[in-house]
Amino acid sequence: MPVSTQDVLDLVRAYAGVVTENRDYLIQLDAAIGDADHGENMDRGMRAALAKLDGETPATPSDVLKSVATSLITKVGGAAGPLYGTAFLRAATAVQGKETLEPTDVVAAITAARDGIVARGKAEPQDKTMVDAWTPAVDAAGAAASDGGGVRAVLEAAADAAEQGMRDTIPWVARKGRASYLGERSAGHQDPGATSTALLLRAAADLAGREA
Amino acid sequence: MSVGLVLVSHSARLAEGLRELTAQMAPDVAVVAAGGMEDGEVGTSFDLVLAAVAEADGGDGAVLLYDLGSALMTADLVLEVLDDDQRQRVRVADAPLVEGALAAATTAQGGASVEAVAAAATSAWRRVAEGPAPADAAAEVATSADGAESAEPADDAVREVATLANSLGIHARPAAMIVKEVSGYDAEVLLGPPGEATADARSILSVVALGITGGQQMEVVGRGAQAREAVDAVVAMARDGFGEE
Repeated sequence: MPVSTQDVLDLVRAYAGVVTENRDYLIQLDAAIGDADHGENMDRGMRAALAKLDGETPATPSDVLKSVATSLITKVGGAAGPLYGTAFLRAATAVQGKETLEPTDVVAAITAARDGIVARGKAEPQDKTMVDAWTPAVDAAGAAASDGGGVRAVLEAAADAAEQGMRDTIPWVARKGRASYLGERSAGHQDPGATSTALLLRAAADLAGREA
Repeated sequence: MSVGLVLVSHSARLAEGLRELTAQMAPDVAVVAAGGMEDGEVGTSFDLVLAAVAEADGGDGAVLLYDLGSALMTADLVLEVLDDDQRQRVRVADAPLVEGALAAATTAQGGASVEAVAAAATSAWRRVAEGPAPADAAAEVATSADGAESAEPADDAVREVATLANSLGIHARPAAMIVKEVSGYDAEVLLGPPGEATADARSILSVVALGITGGQQMEVVGRGAQAREAVDAVVAMARDGFGEE
């Protein structure tokens, strides 16, 4: 089944819940190699996104994504604000004008989100950032869609790949972001941004599974 | 009017402290602090930075400086939402925050273009990369060149040597006075210990880095149409102790 505007609203609500549940976990991950604000920032941002959407009647999936982008950009002070804000904004642009999203639209949205993050943060693969979750997810989602997979298959492939990418960051030495100041000491810790990305894509896959 | 500066920092107090420091050296430049979040939390605020750009840009443009990576992302995002007209005259400078802000502010004080102000900020990397000067180098040169006041000029440059009358010598405030004064003349002016005048008197960082202290001698070398006037003005300030004890 294609993705409706309500589905995207449900995803925002679900992800906000997941972020609140994992707030302390994300803080712990970030405390180990960063400034310990990722859990709080994401929680603050997603709550603001929900509050803003409560007063709106978005007509399309793109409208929902754009609204979330604005909340994240204006309410989150750490790197997560501009990065996720840009991701949602680019995803919104990629599916602008569409009433519902087909599997290829979902791939286009995830791809645009990743490209936006790379453009904003200038991170390369294996810099130990959220890009290391996004890029495998983009590749896996694209492959699943090419194989004729539906929205659920595409999002599950993306979530699985993002989680693998997230775990892959553990042994790496950070080359970007606050963790890069730690040098070798950043090895052995999972990247918080890759983790919040995997949580987002898993939340989307779970929702798609619910509907199947 | 001059180019304004926006100091984008994760900390409100860091941005405000730097604003205070730059205002002392460039009193006529609109330097706007955009540090922390609206509620005072640590972070960079899109809305605060956007408002700061509006305040700093009085029509001649603005240069944004930032402390850490995500502050750059916020600054870049703000640039994206400016209208095309304003975006043309706003730059985000890749510069060390403190040294870059001082270099940019003093350059803006002299009425420079937005490109020149941004370039001055970026040029501060050189100063940072060079690292600290050997602690005794300036003193050694000053001692070995005691007789420099009578040395014959090697070219048609105007050369004078002055003893710094104030006890602190060249620190930030006198350096800013020199840069401001020299930028008013059609002349290239170099400063340094006698026989070693290689620091561009228009570069605040070069002048501060001289490290010439009170009671030591400073050579002032001028070239160009108003070399005599410029050199005399700097020498007069030095002999007056820059208005300090």
